[in-house]
Amino acid sequence: MPDGAPPILEVRDLRTVFRLRSGDVHAVNGVSFDLREGELLGVVGESGSGKSVTMMSLLGLLPSPPAEVLGGPVTFEGKDLLRAGPEAMRAVRGGRIGFVFQDPMTSLNPVFTVGFQIMEPLRKHLGLGKRQARARAAELLALVGIPDAGRRLDDYPHQFSGGMRQRVMIAIALACDPKVLIADEPTTALDVTIQAQIIELMQELRQKMGMAVIWITHDLGVIAGIADRVIVMYGGQIVEHAPVDALFANPRHPYTQALLTTVPKVQGERVRRLAVIDGQPPILGQFPDECTFRDRCPYAFDVCHRLNPQRYPVGEGHDAACFLNDPGLAPQRPVLEVVDG
Amino acid sequence: MADATRPLLSVRDLKMHFPITAGLLRRRVGAVKAVDGVSFDILPGETLGLVGESGCGKSTTGRAVLRLHDITSGSIRLDGTEIGRMSQSALRPLRPRMQMVFQDPQASLDPRMTVEAIIREPLDEHTRLSARHKRDKVLELMDAVGLNRRFAGRFPHAFSGGQRQRIGIARALALNPRLVVCDEPIAALDVSIQAQVVNLLEDLQERFGLTYLFISHDLSMVRHIATKVAVMYLGRIVELQAREGLYRDPLHPYTRALLSAVNEPDPVAARSRRRIVLRGDVPSPANPPKGCNFCTRCPDVMPVCREVDPATLEVGPGRWVACHLHDPAVMRGQTTRPFGTMGHRGPGPNPAPLDTPARSAT
Repeated sequence: MPDGAPPILEVRDLRTVFRLRSGDVHAVNGVSFDLREGELLGVVGESGSGKSVTMMSLLGLLPSPPAEVLGGPVTFEGKDLLRAGPEAMRAVRGGRIGFVFQDPMTSLNPVFTVGFQIMEPLRKHLGLGKRQARARAAELLALVGIPDAGRRLDDYPHQFSGGMRQRVMIAIALACDPKVLIADEPTTALDVTIQAQIIELMQELRQKMGMAVIWITHDLGVIAGIADRVIVMYGGQIVEHAPVDALFANPRHPYTQALLTTVPKVQGERVRRLAVIDGQPPILGQFPDECTFRDRCPYAFDVCHRLNPQRYPVGEGHDAACFLNDPGLAPQRPVLEVVDG
Repeated sequence: MADATRPLLSVRDLKMHFPITAGLLRRRVGAVKAVDGVSFDILPGETLGLVGESGCGKSTTGRAVLRLHDITSGSIRLDGTEIGRMSQSALRPLRPRMQMVFQDPQASLDPRMTVEAIIREPLDEHTRLSARHKRDKVLELMDAVGLNRRFAGRFPHAFSGGQRQRIGIARALALNPRLVVCDEPIAALDVSIQAQVVNLLEDLQERFGLTYLFISHDLSMVRHIATKVAVMYLGRIVELQAREGLYRDPLHPYTRALLSAVNEPDPVAARSRRRIVLRGDVPSPANPPKGCNFCTRCPDVMPVCREVDPATLEVGPGRWVACHLHDPAVMRGQTTRPFGTMGHRGPGPNPAPLDTPARSAT
């Protein structure tokens, strides 16, 4: 695994606020992470945890107003993406950074052929001629496993099934040989057997093309199978960050621990009753000054209601934003001790 | 409760075909065989999990069982009464016995009705209770599903997805039904909220003696809640077993592929696992393949599968499967693969992608 590889994308203290008529919503609250060359970084969280907004913010995909992106810098290939002009961003999006969206049904344009939509980035970013672009588009379709690729270039999106459309989306994202691919819930809208096909395809493509991938999902099972490192998000913040094995074997944030126990399994012992996390995820009207998980946390103590925990290092490349990991603050560490075991 | 061995719901050879029409005169040119010969029983107090991918007909089965569709053919017996061919008006007095919880809590609640009015509506339609009794009953139901009584006057938009699903459940329970069809009740919810709703459904089952038909594509959740599991593919039930048997020893190649495709949250197991990745897409139910419906994607396909539709056989007590691999009569006649190799083979190699087009047959 690419452990010592230099970061190609550095995000520092990213903050996004939606200024709505009904008041501000703080969707991303000081997110910092690195993406290293060739690795697959998983981003896990529930809806509203800010995982998609984080990625859309750093690519400048959010309409402003209402969105306001603050903080930074977001460094990619020596440039600060948050301060780059719209022209420069257009060159990055779809060219150096590819994006695959969740819903393959709505992210393709129904009135253009699939071929046209794959050729568009090739002609815009790489300046290929019509014939070259067409040849490359056919290659790409074949690469993502669509049979009879040359002929299907002239088909419209509605002539493809859901899984096939997601393959087309991946082909478009890969068209310009990006350094970074951001995949936002790429398999969530798909059936399990089709999901398995897409995951296999992504792993194969990653080996072939050596790009770094950010894979956003709410499905811990998917993450366990594909990620090198994982970020867990809650309330617009990173609450835990760890190599994949460490995260599943030794989660250090109560939210991660709870998340891992609420999911039933298809193998092993069947639990009589599912563990639940009571309550609802928060909607933040202001920048959080206290722990965002405190109301649902079984271990919350006085400090949690006063301060927002920093990310405490707890192991090799592993940190967790929880006061239970601060030996000076935590009253006692009942449950985490057991997990340490 | 009634006799525990007599099924509460008994479905035999249920078919639900939707016509495809064409031209100015809307002439019938074919049919989408959404449900094509489905049979199962549910005993009182049981939960039958109906799993399958989108388009396999599981939701249509659920709706047909409640006669929300006029079925093409087959028999549906609810508590001994044949309801398959009953007229909608004759069905009306029976409706309180069978209710439904819908997938999308956003779309299945009227945004202009208060929570109280939503939960009260079945009582208005089917009972002659006084206004005060109705209100008491509504508040009781809100307690039962874990909604705060103070919110009775609020509108659905003020609630989160999980709470809206609780409103839908309270509405379904208002008339003390025997059978509740839950159509993907947790699919639209977040992981941490899914567990809350599933636990609630289990509590209510115990408390009110409910029988569930639980439709879902989530195999791990079905393993948790169901006592029996039916796997559907392209309008047919390909396998029906008690929960333990199905997850320990799946018989049909499709069930095996489905189970191997489930992502377990365990990175060590994920690396060592051998996933059976099915090639291609599900064929269109308007134009199913000849022979076995699964023959275009089956990793264990044999020549006979492309010719003969397999019968559903009981290969062990309560273990039903529709696959030639488990039909001794077929396997003895088969020369290409001896009987001894079938049993519990590991994942076999997949056939090359077939060039059956993924498009619908239009």
